[in-house]
Amino acid sequence: MATKKAPAKKSPAKKKTAASKIEDDSVWLIGTDMTAFGRYPDKDSVDLASSVSLNALDDGNVTIHDMDVLAAGSLFQAATGMGQRIQKQIGQTGIPVFNVTNACATGATALRTVYLSIKAGEADIGLAVGVEQMGKMGMLTGGTKKEKSVYEPDGRFGAVTGVDGYIGTEGMPGVFAQAGMEYANEHAGVGFEQFAKVAYKNHLHSTLNPLAQYRKEFSMEEIMGAPQMSYPNTLLMCCPTGDGAAAAVLVSGSRLKSMSKKVQKRAVKISASILTSDPYTESAQVQPDVNTLTRNAANQAYEKSGVDPKDLDLVELHDCFATAELIHYDNLGLCERGGAGDFIDSGAPFRDGSTPVNVSGGLISKGHPIGATGVANVFEVATHLRGEAGDRQIKGAKVGLAHVIGLGSACGIHVMEKSGL
Amino acid sequence: MAAKKAAAQKRSTKKTSKKAAKPAARKKAAPQVPLVDYLRLGTRPYLSANECTKCGARFFDRRNACANCGKREFKKARVKNGARLKAFTIVHRAAPGIPAPYVSAIVETDDGTTVRSNVVNCEPTPETVNLGMKLKLTTYPIGKDDEGTEAIAFGYEPV
Repeated sequence: MATKKAPAKKSPAKKKTAASKIEDDSVWLIGTDMTAFGRYPDKDSVDLASSVSLNALDDGNVTIHDMDVLAAGSLFQAATGMGQRIQKQIGQTGIPVFNVTNACATGATALRTVYLSIKAGEADIGLAVGVEQMGKMGMLTGGTKKEKSVYEPDGRFGAVTGVDGYIGTEGMPGVFAQAGMEYANEHAGVGFEQFAKVAYKNHLHSTLNPLAQYRKEFSMEEIMGAPQMSYPNTLLMCCPTGDGAAAAVLVSGSRLKSMSKKVQKRAVKISASILTSDPYTESAQVQPDVNTLTRNAANQAYEKSGVDPKDLDLVELHDCFATAELIHYDNLGLCERGGAGDFIDSGAPFRDGSTPVNVSGGLISKGHPIGATGVANVFEVATHLRGEAGDRQIKGAKVGLAHVIGLGSACGIHVMEKSGL
Repeated sequence: MAAKKAAAQKRSTKKTSKKAAKPAARKKAAPQVPLVDYLRLGTRPYLSANECTKCGARFFDRRNACANCGKREFKKARVKNGARLKAFTIVHRAAPGIPAPYVSAIVETDDGTTVRSNVVNCEPTPETVNLGMKLKLTTYPIGKDDEGTEAIAFGYEPV
């Protein structure tokens, strides 16, 4: 059934120019790397982070001794001084280290920390790394039930025992299922099949990506018939846990000017780096509102970069669950307001469509080692803009966007442009 | 009126099935505590919100200030028991000790407050749970502690 779609029409208005000037106060990516996502029982998170850090530095033709700042993102291991532990392996140069944690937006926040340091004029060049080692930690949920011998009100809600499962779900597949179903309630043409199609697409895309945790195509029947986690999200519509790391080296425009032509040609301009949190909305008092902060971040990113959603040659967005990807088509302005169902049905986000989304396989199939994800998405977009993405290359890609969202909530967006130097 | 009476009867039947009939059980009735302090028990249970005296924003947790306008004064507001289903999921992989599948939901009450809850007394299938369906608040016991105190949770059931 619903297999490959005819590509939707390319927009004629698509921006054809690449960034051909280096402004002194601009920020560029010159080196990047990621591990294949998966399971590394014989390595620790310092090994993974050190490996991508060294490779990203090599990729940018610089060394740790050139760095002015280091930001290390990890959700579960930030408290262990991840940044300093990486330095112990790759070079203790005494530069400031920021250990960053910001839910699933951790990696993007690490990257933005380096970006801000450069923008502030305190650094010319810096290294951002995101890493996570989750192993097979199972489903992330709020559900640690307190076994109390005597009931006593506790916490900000005065709860006498764990509420996950009694006052709705705190499990991630369910929270994002509800976000998708709320969209389905408000807009026609969205249902189980549209959500499943998102997973179909991302599994299909992942077959071309050697760095993906899973590289297997599944039929719509297999996806819809897989064990239900939280309707409508079946097992094949949920991202796995896993291990991995990704790193990026950023420089100021003024420093880039002093670098070799070869480095300049492969440089990728960071046209916008945006971080938002969730503003007050009535409904968000009881369940995270993943929409408003994403819309706010997208609006700021498009305004700052001067890029229109129609200009985007590829998008890596936060498909932690299939229901999440669908609503972010709308939140990121990739489709008409309310038109996310039509968007997936038309084939637009498939790799041969008008706005390829998650050609890496996305979190659903590439994997989601949490702290690494926000840097890995930037790696993916940058690699396409450099024309170095191998079998999965989106031909002629010039402009791309990477989006992550962490519950609680934090949203990071980076808009990137190919070097025209 | 008749519907109200029927509902009241249904409620008392439910209680009867749990323990002995009400009058006889009065002496022995297990003391009850609400699962969360914003659930108010009694003959007609309801949810009680902290309502900002300036902008009217409602919160179920303990407050320091209003997340919307910053005002630091709140009053207690009785949330209406009637509601409509805004979003749901049927949870098959549940937290430890929680029977599955069950219906987790986001509902909007008749006075416009969003509440997270389970939908109860309803088959947990996509065919029986319908977006937009009318609901009302109900309560049910979820367990007892070592002293015999019973914890009472709230849920919404189809009208």
